[in-house]
This record gives sequence, C-alpha cells and structure tokens, in this order.
Amino acid sequence: MTQPATRQPATRTPAPEREPISMFGFWVYLMTDCVIFACLFATYAVLHRNTAGGPGAAELFSLPFVLAETLILLTSSYTAGLGLLSARRGERRAMFAWLALTGLLGLAFLGLEISEFRNLVIEGNSWQRSGFLSAFFTLVGTHGLHIATGLVWLGVLADKLYFRGLMPGNLRRLALFTLFWHFLDVIWIFIFTFVYLLGVTS
Amino acid sequence: MNVVHLLTGATDNPIWGRLTLQASQHDFITMGAVITMVAGLLAIVAGLTIFKKWGWLWHEWLTSLDPKRIGVMYIAVAVVMLLRGLADVGMMRAQQAVAAGHPGIVDAEHFQQIFTAHGTIMIFFVAMGLMFGIINLVLPLQLGARDVAFPFLNSVSFWLYFAGMVLVNASLVIGEIGATGWLAYPPLSELAYSPGVGVDYWIWSIQIAGIGSLLSGINFMTTIIKLRRAGMTLMKMPMFAWSVLNSMVLVIFAFPILTATLTLLTLDRTMGMHFFTAGGGGNAMMYVNLIWAWGHPEVYILVLPAFGIFSEVVPTFSGKRLFGYKSMVFALAAITFLSYVVWLHHFFTMGAGADVNAFFGIMTMVIAVPTGVKVFNWLFTMFRGRVRFTTPMLWFMGFVTTFVIGGMSGVLMSVPSVDFQLHNSLFLVAHFHNMIIGGVVFGFFAGLTYWFPKIFGFRLHEGLGRLAFWFWLIGFITAFTPLYILGMMGATRRLDHYDASLGWQWLFIVAGVGAALVVVGVGFQLLQLGWSIWKRKDLRDTTGDPWDGRTLEWSTPSPAPEYGFATLPAVTTRDPFWEAKQGNKQAIAPAPAVTNITVPHNTGLGVVIGAATGTFGFAVIWHIWWLLPVSLLATIVTIVARANDDDTERVIPAKELTV
Repeated sequence: MTQPATRQPATRTPAPEREPISMFGFWVYLMTDCVIFACLFATYAVLHRNTAGGPGAAELFSLPFVLAETLILLTSSYTAGLGLLSARRGERRAMFAWLALTGLLGLAFLGLEISEFRNLVIEGNSWQRSGFLSAFFTLVGTHGLHIATGLVWLGVLADKLYFRGLMPGNLRRLALFTLFWHFLDVIWIFIFTFVYLLGVTS
Repeated sequence: MNVVHLLTGATDNPIWGRLTLQASQHDFITMGAVITMVAGLLAIVAGLTIFKKWGWLWHEWLTSLDPKRIGVMYIAVAVVMLLRGLADVGMMRAQQAVAAGHPGIVDAEHFQQIFTAHGTIMIFFVAMGLMFGIINLVLPLQLGARDVAFPFLNSVSFWLYFAGMVLVNASLVIGEIGATGWLAYPPLSELAYSPGVGVDYWIWSIQIAGIGSLLSGINFMTTIIKLRRAGMTLMKMPMFAWSVLNSMVLVIFAFPILTATLTLLTLDRTMGMHFFTAGGGGNAMMYVNLIWAWGHPEVYILVLPAFGIFSEVVPTFSGKRLFGYKSMVFALAAITFLSYVVWLHHFFTMGAGADVNAFFGIMTMVIAVPTGVKVFNWLFTMFRGRVRFTTPMLWFMGFVTTFVIGGMSGVLMSVPSVDFQLHNSLFLVAHFHNMIIGGVVFGFFAGLTYWFPKIFGFRLHEGLGRLAFWFWLIGFITAFTPLYILGMMGATRRLDHYDASLGWQWLFIVAGVGAALVVVGVGFQLLQLGWSIWKRKDLRDTTGDPWDGRTLEWSTPSPAPEYGFATLPAVTTRDPFWEAKQGNKQAIAPAPAVTNITVPHNTGLGVVIGAATGTFGFAVIWHIWWLLPVSLLATIVTIVARANDDDTERVIPAKELTV
C-alpha cells in the first residue's frame, strides 16, 4: 500500500521509458516516508525525558547489542548493492547469492530487534510504561515494520527474478528495492545515533 | 487468542469485538438521517438492478483507470458528501437559531457530533474530493499527456478515499462519530475521555482517505515533472498545472505528518501508549503542533488549485494573456514555502511565549503579500480585456470579494494580541468559511462549469448556473456576516445553546436564513445538472473549444477520448492552442503520423484494495482483532497479484482514433 511503483512495465510500453518515471515517483515516495520518520524522531525528542518514574534510555539500552544490529543492517545494505551490480552484469547466480544473504541479514536484524522488544516487555518496560517508551517502541518499531515489508518485497521480487528472468522491468524493480533498503539504512543510522548513542551517554 | 487482544487486555467479544446490536439504535433525529441514507442507497441499488446497469457500472466506471473517469467518480462522491455536510449545516443553524435559553432540538452530545462530522466531511470528502476530481479531469490533458504517471495507483487512491467516505458515513448508522471537533484534540480524544468508537471512526476514515491523498500527491507530482508534452518547459506550463505542482509539494510534505499523528493517537487509544495522554509522560500540546503542521498546509493544498482554476478562467473569458505569469509562479512558490511556517497561529493562546507568537504572527502577515499579488494579477488580466461574464467569471467575481474579506479578517487575527480576543470565537468560524467557501468552493465550482463540456461533451445551462451563483453568494454573505458580529460580541464556536439575555438570537436567525439561501443555491445547481443532461443535445459542444480556450485541453474533441490526444506534437509557447488559433504556425508543431496507442486495462484490484483497507479500519474501530490479519493479508496479496500481472495494457489501433 505504501509502494507507489506498483504500476507494471507493460508488455508493450518499452521499459526504458518507464524507468525514469518509476525512479522519480519512488524517490518522492521515499521523501514522504522520510517525513513520517521525521515526525517520529521529533516526537521522540519531545518525549525522551518523560519517563513517568520509569527507566530512561541509559538504564535500558546496551550498546554492544545495538552495534551488532547496526553492523548486520549495514552489511545487508552492502550485499543488496552487490546483488544489483551482479544483476546488471547478468550474473544470475551471484545475484541470487547476494540477495539471499541480504534477506538472511535482514531476518537476523529483525530477530534481534524482536528479542530486544521482548526483553523490555518481560521486564515490565513495555510501551505502556511511559511516554518515552511509547516513543521509543513506535520509532524503532516503525523502522522494523519497514524492514519486514522490505523482506516480503524481496521475497516476491526473488520469485519474479527466478521465474521470469532478468528482464529490464525486473531490473528496475530490483533497483527500487535497493533504494528502499539503503533508505532504511540511513534511517537506522539516525536511530542508532539519536536514540541509542545519545541515550546511553546522556 | 490474539496477540493484540492479550497485550491490550481488552475484554471484547472474540468474534464481534465491541460491536453489538445496540450500536445501531439511535434517537429520533439520527434515525431519520439513517433511514434517509439507507433509503437512498437502496434506491441506487434498486435502480441499478432494474435497469441492469451493474455490469455497466463495473466495467465502465468502477474498474476504469482513465483519469477522466476516476475524476468524475471523485466529483460524484464529493457532491453526495456536500449534501450530507449541508444536512449537518441545517441542523446546526436550526439548533443555534432556537437555542436561546432553550435546549433546542438536539442535545449537546449530538450537537458536538454534528459539527465534528460537518468539518471532517466538508474538508476530507468534499473539498479534497472535488480537488482531486478536477485535477484528474484536467491535469493530464493540460500537460498534453495521455495519462497520469501511475494509472493503477490513481485508482487505488480513489478507492482509499471511497473507503474513508464509507467509514465516516457508517459511523452514522453503526455507532457514532467523535464529539471532539474536526481535529480531535487530546486529551479529550483520548480513551479516558472518549471511550466510545466515535474518535476511532474519525481516525480511520481520514487516515485511509489521507493515505489515498498522499499517493495521489506522489502520482500527480511525478506526472507534472515527467509527463509534460515535448517543448512544454516548466515556465511554459499552464498556471493550473503550476498550482497543482505546488499543492502536491504540500501534500507530499504535509500528509505524512497527518498519517504519523493519527497513528500516534491510534496507538494511544488501542495499545495504551502515552503520546498525548494527560498522564504517563504524554504531551497533548505536541498533538496540537503536529496536527496543525499538517492542517495549515492543508488549507493551501485546497486553495492553490482553486487559484490555478481562476488563472485559467480569467484569461479565457477576458480574451487576454494571464497578467504577470512569472510573478504568479513566484507567488505560488512563496505561498507554498510560507504555509509551512505559520501553523502556530492556530494556537497563539497555547502559551508558547511572546517571541514565538510574534514570529508566527509576522509570517502570517507576510503570506498575505503573495496572495495579494495574485489577486492584483487577476484583476489586471481583466483590465482592458473583452470580458465575458459567464458563470465561471461570476464565481471569480464572487471569489475576489469574499476571499479578500476573509483575507483581511485573517490578517487581523494574525496579530497575536487580537487573536487572544477572537480565538475560538465565531469570528474565526466566519473567517475560515470565507476562505474555504469563498476561495476553495467557488473556485471548484468555476472549474467544474468551465471544464464540464470537455469531459461530458455538453455545456451546463447558463441561466440556472447564474441563479445558483446568486443564491450561493447572497446566502453565503447572509450566513457569515452575523457570525463575524457574534464573534466580536463574544460568542464562542461550538455552542449548543446560549443565554437569551445575550441578544444573540436574531443574528443566529439571520445566519440560518443565509444557510437556507445557500441550500436553495445548491438546489439550483442540481437542477442545472439535471436540466443540462435532459437538454444535452441543445447544449452540445461540437467544436471541442466552447469558450475560445487557450491551453492544450481545448485542442481535443469534446468529450475528450480515453487516450486524450491522438498525436502528441511538440509545443513552443505558453497558451499554445490560442497562439495556433491566432495564426502562429510555430506554436504547435505539425502533427506526427498517427500510431497505435497503449492504454491501461481496466482492473478491479483498486476496488479490492479499498475494500480490504476499509475493512481493516472497521476492524480496529470495533476491536474485531481476528479481522485485522485477514484484511491486511488481503491487501498484501492484492498488491503482489498486481505486481505479478504483466498484462496490464491494451492497444488502441491507429485506425480507430479520432484525429
């Protein structure tokens, strides 16, 4: 629903004509998503001290854990880029290998995030505890939701690439996917910095 | 057991959520409205069945990806919603006319629901619907393009708008709408103070419609940037297209804020979070900031296309080029930018401090400057022109008068110290109706009359249009001038009754008379439409250019064919069609040979996405948790199905084209 580029490259409209249109539209969509994250960051900034007597960022977050998450996600962004390069060179096997690695790293990231959330909830620090935790769960959770969406997209795309081949329309879709994936990386870097690093040090 | 169910600790029925049979039991007045609405729906269903039109409706309209058809559907829905919003007006005006020291005809709770529904419906389902409708009808043709950038997405946007519309109307039949005002400020809109389904209905109807608007914004922006006719540089673009571009920039940067804000309020209400709650570390003032960071640009999202319409209507009916094209473009850009830095003037009284208030007050005053530039440019376009006072021009003249009055009252309130007196008063209500009716609605009426023949192939009856205009204008002035006075006298907005000794009643009665005149005006508009359809042979537009137009859309036959243009010759000037008619042979290049054209297939998947998303909203409203994953999965499966469909276009052979 949030993917504007659902328009198909039609069998008869040449793909090169559609390429710049889809690219531009997708960039605009990414900017709208960026505004959504901006709102969530602003909300977090306003609420991050409103702990309502509960624990604050410094007591809850573990930097080594988050560093692992970050490295996994950054690596997945790198492998996604390599997947696109292989696809453009027509190297099918390498492309599938890189994309599979991207998917696994994405799953690992998501698994770590879910386990972090689970631990917080078990310790009684759920989103209902305070305004700060509401903002935290929503900001980080929205990013996680995007990662999950990206993984579903990657699955559908891999299926298409496998059964219909590296035709221009599919290459364009893959390029859009990698844009989305890099975008989530950039958002995560801001989360890492503002939520975790600044949270633990302040 | 459902996860959400466990986490929220709700005690709803596992199958029906909090939906019970009591939800559709209402008092006398609401029941009347419900019966009217259900009867209307049944009449439509019966009519379609008796005349065997279901197939026609499905194949020709509901599944169409033709932007002109989608536009007509937007406008049809918006007109029906206008009638619904007017019914709310009737009740509010009647209530306030009689409620001097008297409880009146509806109780306080219902009165609050009525003004909430009125504002929500008029902005999201009337003004936005008319706007996206007109953009769909006109923009691709004006750019000399055959379609929008993403035709399927366009259909999805419409069906999300439709799903939101269905939810806001369902609230009347099953349940209730919020009693919170059209922007549902917390903590009032939080679960603690509004435990019913009303606020949830409000959230989900505008959340879904809002996502539709956001997708439309992306679509039209891409269309303008990427699909203009060869030779049409940005500075040769028709002014309507410029206004849409600016409006869509606002959509793209403002609607995500609405999406995020409504999501946060939803999380508060359904997951027990503390964003805007009174306790637990919430901050209600943050909601007010966020919602107006969307809400103020929203006003300009609506009014800029209306400005664009007048920028087409005035030159055409004055027989002159638009005066000050470049200054119009810069004025639009300036308004677009400034509309992001004035949101705080909606709550000067919140206590942000003198410095902050001063900044936003000054910015608000500054925004009047580019708006003034536009008004003067239109007037200078008329100056020494051969002006034809057709119905669209009458709407323009009415607009200039009412909009300038509204603008002046706005600048008055931009002074924070004055605003402290007038905040939340009927003066404010009169001000923004002056802007939205006098600016937005009059503009859209002018545009509908102007472009009607291009879409349907016949003109609207002129005499009835004039009659409608005069009833609207006089009714509007009669309805809102008393509200300015009442506001000065200290009448706050949203009063369901007041003390008789205040001496306000006669002014409320005058306002009621004005509203009645507006209703008569709407009646004449409906009559005009019916009469024009009846007499369509006499009103037929055989030339494709009924008004001696200037831009590319008038170079097509009326009604414009599905593919818009048979050939796409390059243009070299502004107003290329006008220049070509004046004998400038370079204005439009010689037409290339006619070739086969591909257009998108019809598809019902947009309808499915709308239905699934609407169901999702309904499920959250009523806490029917099992339905959430079902409807979500249906949406995802539909999107994937569309992504895997490679056969989405069909060919219209060259020999079938109308050249």
